[in-house]
Amino acid sequence: MEFRTLVFYFLAAILVFASLRVVTLRNPVHAALHLVLAFFSACGVWILLQAEFLAIALILVYVGAVMVLFLFVVMLLDIDLDRLREGFWSYLPMASIVSLLVVAEMVLVLISRYWGAQESDVPQADTAYSNVRAVGRLLFTEYVYPFELASVVLLVGIVAATALTLRGKRKSKSIDPSRQVFVKARDRLRLVRMPAEKRD
Amino acid sequence: MMIETLQQLLPGFLTPCVNWLAQSGEGVFGSLWPDIVTLVWTVVKVMLIIAPLLGAVAYATFAERKVIGWMQARIGPNRVGPWGLFQPLADGVKVFLKEIVIPAHADKAVYLLAPVFSFAPALIACAVIPFDDFLVLADIDASLLFVMSVTSVSVYGIILAGWAPNSKYAFFGAMRSAAQMISYEVPMGLALVVVLMVSGSLNLVDIVQGQGRGTFAGMGLKFLSWNWLPLWPMFIVYVASVFAECNRAPFDLAEGESEIIGFHVEYSGMAFAVFQLAEYGAMLMGCTLVSLLFLGGWLSPVSFLPDGILWLLVKIFGVLVLFYWVRATFPRYRYDQVMRLGWKVFIPVCLIWLAVVACWMLSPWNIWK
Repeated sequence: MEFRTLVFYFLAAILVFASLRVVTLRNPVHAALHLVLAFFSACGVWILLQAEFLAIALILVYVGAVMVLFLFVVMLLDIDLDRLREGFWSYLPMASIVSLLVVAEMVLVLISRYWGAQESDVPQADTAYSNVRAVGRLLFTEYVYPFELASVVLLVGIVAATALTLRGKRKSKSIDPSRQVFVKARDRLRLVRMPAEKRD
Repeated sequence: MMIETLQQLLPGFLTPCVNWLAQSGEGVFGSLWPDIVTLVWTVVKVMLIIAPLLGAVAYATFAERKVIGWMQARIGPNRVGPWGLFQPLADGVKVFLKEIVIPAHADKAVYLLAPVFSFAPALIACAVIPFDDFLVLADIDASLLFVMSVTSVSVYGIILAGWAPNSKYAFFGAMRSAAQMISYEVPMGLALVVVLMVSGSLNLVDIVQGQGRGTFAGMGLKFLSWNWLPLWPMFIVYVASVFAECNRAPFDLAEGESEIIGFHVEYSGMAFAVFQLAEYGAMLMGCTLVSLLFLGGWLSPVSFLPDGILWLLVKIFGVLVLFYWVRATFPRYRYDQVMRLGWKVFIPVCLIWLAVVACWMLSPWNIWK
């Protein structure tokens, strides 16, 4: 057995465990933390496949940004642990259909690989091959329109989120730091030179 | 690799021992032996990086108290050992012996996990920091991206430390600090985009070596072709963002005395000390990155002096003293002003300078060929 295989099984075991805990844990914060652990193990598996750019981007985007906001939301919710268990039986039929479908799809994918005798072999790149450069070149040549489209969608999202926070003119009096920082001492303070007065 | 190095480093009478170790290891483990040797050798190298780093973190606290003391016409710590040199050890023993009080309704596991989350990223990021042209633990292709993604994880320490003790004040503090860190990651990332644009590489070694080339470097004045001069606005934005990322003065709202609701109010003893260590570790990492990305890393400022790791250490210490100087000099920002500075000043400056540098690189006056 190769060392890489050992590492793979180690990471894969953690990944499976963490993913199971994400859906079975009752405390949402713990579930979110296990999702973070699952992301880290998936990142390790990708690095084993020499896809280091994707792996690092996974950490940067999902762990560093998405999950942080997710945790914020989960922490700010007032979660009643007992009420979370309500409705288990009423949701069960629908949920079981969906999960069976997902399982069936994944089994089909795996079986086609298995019976199709496709050896899932990873192309071994030489050390001079730069993953980041290759991804970047592809993104900006072959897939430039989908890429730009995705960025436009994100931009629309940013503008929409900003627009949602605008609620007309503020009615209450409030401070405006952009005006405050431009204040000079001259505007607020007048120094008067006065001769000393003699007391009689 | 390890065997040859050991044979060279150790005195001659130990060579048979090393040979015996190599042979018996191969006998016991068979084909796994080379992998095990690599593993052990990597762990040894990791220790060689982490042990000095921990020492540096301990003495960064001492240096801060001394330097700020001198700046304020005080003496600073001078009781423990000669010139107070053993002060960090005394502090370490003190916090180690203190009790860690875990609040009654705290989430115990998360409570103890939070300091780990805040300290570990600074240590992990060291894996790709080059100290020399060759002296780097993992010379990966996207090392700059790696550092960014790993350091972005440290925000979890803050959020979890705020949530786990089940205290409103810690949670408020955590919200503020986390929002500040996330906000300043954006201008920091944009500044790095400009740096990698002019270097054409995400590898820190390449970025440093790229700074040694240019018109001024040809004239022998290497320090004028480092990134700080042509990317001056980015340099300022980056340094200020590092201050904010490390929760340092003038952005140290997490430990503001007047509005003290820092994220670590519920921590005591060693658990609290780990947060302090994390702050200094992040600070050292920030100083190292500033030195590597903008101040030419291990390159010497003039071409008649040799390059070397010493220059890097001098630069890191210089930036560290800048941190202390700023802390001793500037008053603390108010929270809304911190957010305004990040979103309304730094990000537009970064975006504009990004476009300027892009046009500059396409123009005939491109200096980064």
